[in-house]
Amino acid sequence: MVRIEGLERILREHPFFEGLSADYQDLFAGCAANERFEAGGFVGREGEPANKFYLVRHGIVALEYAVPARPPLVLETLEEGDVFGWSWMVPPHTWAFDVRAMTLVRLISLDAECLRGKFESDHRLGYELFRRFVPVVAKRLAAARMRLLDMYDSPK
Amino acid sequence: MSVTAAADPMLPEPFGILRKRRELSDTFTLELSPLHGGGTFAFRPGQFNMLYVFGVGEIPISISGDPEDDGPLVHTIRAVGTVSGALRDMEAGDVIGVRGPFGSAWPVEEAEGRDVVLVTGGVGLAPMRPVIHHLLAHRQRYGKLLILYGARTPEDVLFRKQLEQWRSRFDMFVDVTVDRATGKWRGRVGVVTKLIARAGFDPHDAAAFVCGPEVMMRFSVQALNERGVADERIHLSMERNMKCAVGFCGHCQFGGQFVCKDGPVFRFDAIRDIFSVWEV
Ligand SMILES: Cc1cc2nc3c(=O)[nH]c(=O)nc-3n(C[C@H](O)[C@H](O)[C@H](O)COP(=O)(O)OP(=O)(O)OC[C@H]3O[C@@H](n4cnc5c(N)ncnc54)[C@H](O)[C@@H]3O)c2cc1C
Ligand code: FES
Repeated sequence: MVRIEGLERILREHPFFEGLSADYQDLFAGCAANERFEAGGFVGREGEPANKFYLVRHGIVALEYAVPARPPLVLETLEEGDVFGWSWMVPPHTWAFDVRAMTLVRLISLDAECLRGKFESDHRLGYELFRRFVPVVAKRLAAARMRLLDMYDSPK
Repeated sequence: MSVTAAADPMLPEPFGILRKRRELSDTFTLELSPLHGGGTFAFRPGQFNMLYVFGVGEIPISISGDPEDDGPLVHTIRAVGTVSGALRDMEAGDVIGVRGPFGSAWPVEEAEGRDVVLVTGGVGLAPMRPVIHHLLAHRQRYGKLLILYGARTPEDVLFRKQLEQWRSRFDMFVDVTVDRATGKWRGRVGVVTKLIARAGFDPHDAAAFVCGPEVMMRFSVQALNERGVADERIHLSMERNMKCAVGFCGHCQFGGQFVCKDGPVFRFDAIRDIFSVWEV
């Protein structure tokens, strides 16, 4: 169980799980795994099944759209402390864009299938996750709106 | 010897363009020297001049050079309309009128002993550059020094080489983000406020100077407040249309203040109530 204990500590220290009870930390840790991607590697690809979400421990990942015959458009970069991947919660449960490692990246993945089973028998656990996810989604939406304002352009 | 443009603040002094440098597709830097000679153009970081294109018009432009350098007077300008467009079309050897320097400065003395966070966006890095030079020239007087800069795309990052030089120093922190990019860009993509949320400084004691488009400054103040930076320790540089630049005509007036005379640098708590009203 050394692996799980290590993950428990990492989850406990990650801001996303701040304030979570020890029992629930154990439960999440049971669905968690360490993952590592070399620079350039894809964590997820647009249209592929999305069955995990991720906490960034180290490195930079880019959320990007592939554009034919052009370099991909980078929508956002995420790094240590960030969380990404909510496609597993929303049908059709496929990645809405590519996720690519820009540097060597270390992530904690949380397995959606594993979590779903636990949420069915413990709704409070589901609540704990969703109440952490909603502010992340709200922040991302606020940032997207801010960028829609195109604030650096001339007011012409 | 130190010169200002003219003894009469309403009378433009002729300055020749020594050099013109293209910075971005719509932004350029002019190096100016007084036609009638004189020494250094003395100014404080944050101040501006009125630049007059004879027969076209006059606009306020911040000084973007090093206040301690006795070289030419430096302005960085984005061509957005009539006068800034006319300045863009001028070349080395042409002559313009200069009045100034005018307005308030960044409170660099007040910030001594504190971490200093400079939040800037777009062409707003130009008015910020003199204060960066000042802080670096007196580096030991300050705590941590951070430049958080946002631009629209990588192609819109102003003073890129200089940002890279500053970033390579061990005694300051430079973070740059763009709103959108292609995969060729190796830096951050996201809003400038995210840099504020992440940056390592003491929010309960730091001084923050903010300069950029008003919408960006509004979000930046919010993000600084969320980190715990109090309004009294936040200063902003504001822009309003101007005519006289010396507090006579009322053109730049809002509430009880004149941007030309009481500003352009304001302490945020002094303008907080009208800041959102100013918003176009
Ligand atoms: C204190 C102060 C310092 C300034 N420092 C700088 C500086 O260092 N560098 C710089 O490039 N500008 C600076 N400005 C802004 C600059 O003064 C204006 O861009 C300029 O007055 C526009 O005049 P114009 O005749 O070129 O455009 P106009 O013909 O008057 O305007 C044409 C169009 O441009 C738009 N416009 C007007 N002002 C701006 C603006 N600020 N940004 C984008 N679009 C605008 C108008 O809405 C209009 O549609 C500063 C302004 C102030 C008040
Ligand atoms: S420009 Fe005339 S009062 Fe400010």
